[in-house]
Amino acid sequence: MAVVYQKSTGLTDVEMHYCPGCTHGVIHKLVADALVELDLLDNTVGVAPVGCSVFAYNYFNCDMHEAAHGRAPAVATGIKRVLPDNTVFTYQGDGDLAAIGTAEVIHAAMRGESITTIFVNNAIYGMTGGQMAPTTLVGQKATTAPLGRDQAHYGQPLHMAEMIGLIGGAAYSTRVTVVDMPNMMKARNAIKKAFQMQREKKGFTFVEVLSTCPTNWGLTPVQSLSWVKDTMMQEFPLGVFKDIDKKE
Amino acid sequence: MASRVTFNQDRCKGCSLCTVVCPKNIIFLDRTITNRRGYHPATVEDMAACIGCANCARMCPDSVITVERNIEEEKTT
Amino acid sequence: MKKELWKGNEAIAEAAIRAGCRHFFGYPITPQNEIPEYMSLHMPKVGGVFVQAESEVAAINMVYGAAGSGARVMTSSSSPGISLKQEGISYLAGAELPCLIVNIMRGGPGLGTIQPAQADYYQATRGGGNGDYRVIVLAPATIQEACDQVRDGFDLADKYRMPVMILADGMIGQMMEAVEWHDSKVDDLPEKAWATTGTKGQRKPNIINSLFIDPNESENHNLKLNRKYEEVKANEIRYEADIPEDCEVVFVAYGTPARLARAAVRVLKEEGINAGLFRPITLWPFPERELHEIAKRDSVKAVVAVEMSMGQMIDDVKIAVNGVKPVGFCGKAGGIVPTPREVADAAKDALKGAR
Repeated sequence: MAVVYQKSTGLTDVEMHYCPGCTHGVIHKLVADALVELDLLDNTVGVAPVGCSVFAYNYFNCDMHEAAHGRAPAVATGIKRVLPDNTVFTYQGDGDLAAIGTAEVIHAAMRGESITTIFVNNAIYGMTGGQMAPTTLVGQKATTAPLGRDQAHYGQPLHMAEMIGLIGGAAYSTRVTVVDMPNMMKARNAIKKAFQMQREKKGFTFVEVLSTCPTNWGLTPVQSLSWVKDTMMQEFPLGVFKDIDKKE
Repeated sequence: MASRVTFNQDRCKGCSLCTVVCPKNIIFLDRTITNRRGYHPATVEDMAACIGCANCARMCPDSVITVERNIEEEKTT
Repeated sequence: MKKELWKGNEAIAEAAIRAGCRHFFGYPITPQNEIPEYMSLHMPKVGGVFVQAESEVAAINMVYGAAGSGARVMTSSSSPGISLKQEGISYLAGAELPCLIVNIMRGGPGLGTIQPAQADYYQATRGGGNGDYRVIVLAPATIQEACDQVRDGFDLADKYRMPVMILADGMIGQMMEAVEWHDSKVDDLPEKAWATTGTKGQRKPNIINSLFIDPNESENHNLKLNRKYEEVKANEIRYEADIPEDCEVVFVAYGTPARLARAAVRVLKEEGINAGLFRPITLWPFPERELHEIAKRDSVKAVVAVEMSMGQMIDDVKIAVNGVKPVGFCGKAGGIVPTPREVADAAKDALKGAR
């Protein structure tokens, strides 16, 4: 018998703290597998955010650097400017990246920092208990929007992958999801491509991954997969918003 | 047996995501077992039906699933 | 070595390059702009990196990343910008990373003024960020001393794995003075086995982190930091004491006011009063015991804190003097520099009160 799939060697053996059915764990695996498959892991420094994935530094089997809330792209800039030949990535949620850290990610993209940002968008603040995020859908309930996000009061969700796609220094910006097998394979390829482009020093690479939050959405893990497909993807269309390889 | 799927049941959180991506519908939560975390872990009884596609393992957020396939047997049949 | 005329800010930048600093992350703010400007021109010449960040917040977090990867790294700013850096300074202290931070102080609060001041003493010595932490604070009174402290600061940061701040008023940054460059060996900088540089498959992953979710681990981390701070207090206090025999009044001042207090000592001498100057060079750790011993002398009738603030260092002076003598004050704020006459008069007032 040959092993066709087992836990990635790019992950440590530490048990993850994520809630049952949260797809953070799936995205961790895709990132870890990509680093292993491209033989980059031993030369990688990852940056963990503040939010649900704050403990990511315990899970990835490579050097890791914890950042303050939203600052991961600045921290990654510091690392990459010291270690230009290493692979450097940030792993950030929507509160971290699209609210408090908007300036940092936009300017890392503007400078064309040769780093990869994995942006996990689950439309809510998970770790702090389900508050409204910049990516919360209009009408979606959150603990700080108990009647649902009111467009008159809070506007509409922020579309980060599209925004990053407009920035000159960005080499690659895409939105994927992991809620079914075909999309998971696309996500896997997108993450691999981003790391490959980083290795080729092409510029800033950005992969937004639509993810689930069963606990704070008040849905079962399986229902959450459907909610991404039926509801969230209506607001956040999957696709590639920039790919400089395509233009060449 | 062409394929085998094993679960690290101690670490399973009983989320059921593996059960919905299994094309053979052979994975279920074993309600006769409660693991140390208090979850009913996923399991397979009809292992003969497993095709070793690894969908379950890829979908498992906690990486508790290992999938093996008898590649020699596949070549000869 | 021959002396050269240098502007304070540019001299500090040059001193950093000579001290082996190859990474600088900054953001423009007056009156420290010559530091990033100098770095932008000269860093590339030595194979170094200068990045102008999108904010002071980003700049200090770039320092945090670079320090974690083992670089000899620096940032500079002025008062409102240093306020923005406090988050990163707290993380650097918590994650035990070395770096050099230069604050060329201007008046506050808020936007304040661009003129020189010393109103950030509390922020520097008490920790402007969250948590129980310290940074070593060095206070130069001349441009030569600022240059020497840059090297000293980097070495202290590496030795104790903690941020070091040079706290200078805008006068030090903006004026020109003679500087003599000393040979500064940079090929024997310490190994940083803890840095995140990629495992190369040779070791377990390194983690740079300030999060300890378990309260016992968190307390142990704080105790560890505190032991380090006690070690710094025991070994690294720096000060200058120019206290004559029969000294009646002791000025305590750092930076530009120390120079004015020295002039006030001469003014008082002409008037028949014996005054001296105690100049803390490390503001944290403050030379508490050393000042206390001087204040205890029989001849000393009063101690006078001289600051370009409404009175911040005076708290440390009072802690040091601990009631053995009265403590007077001469303070100017908002960009106004005291004159030697004003400083001398403050001494006379203090002596009057002491009798």
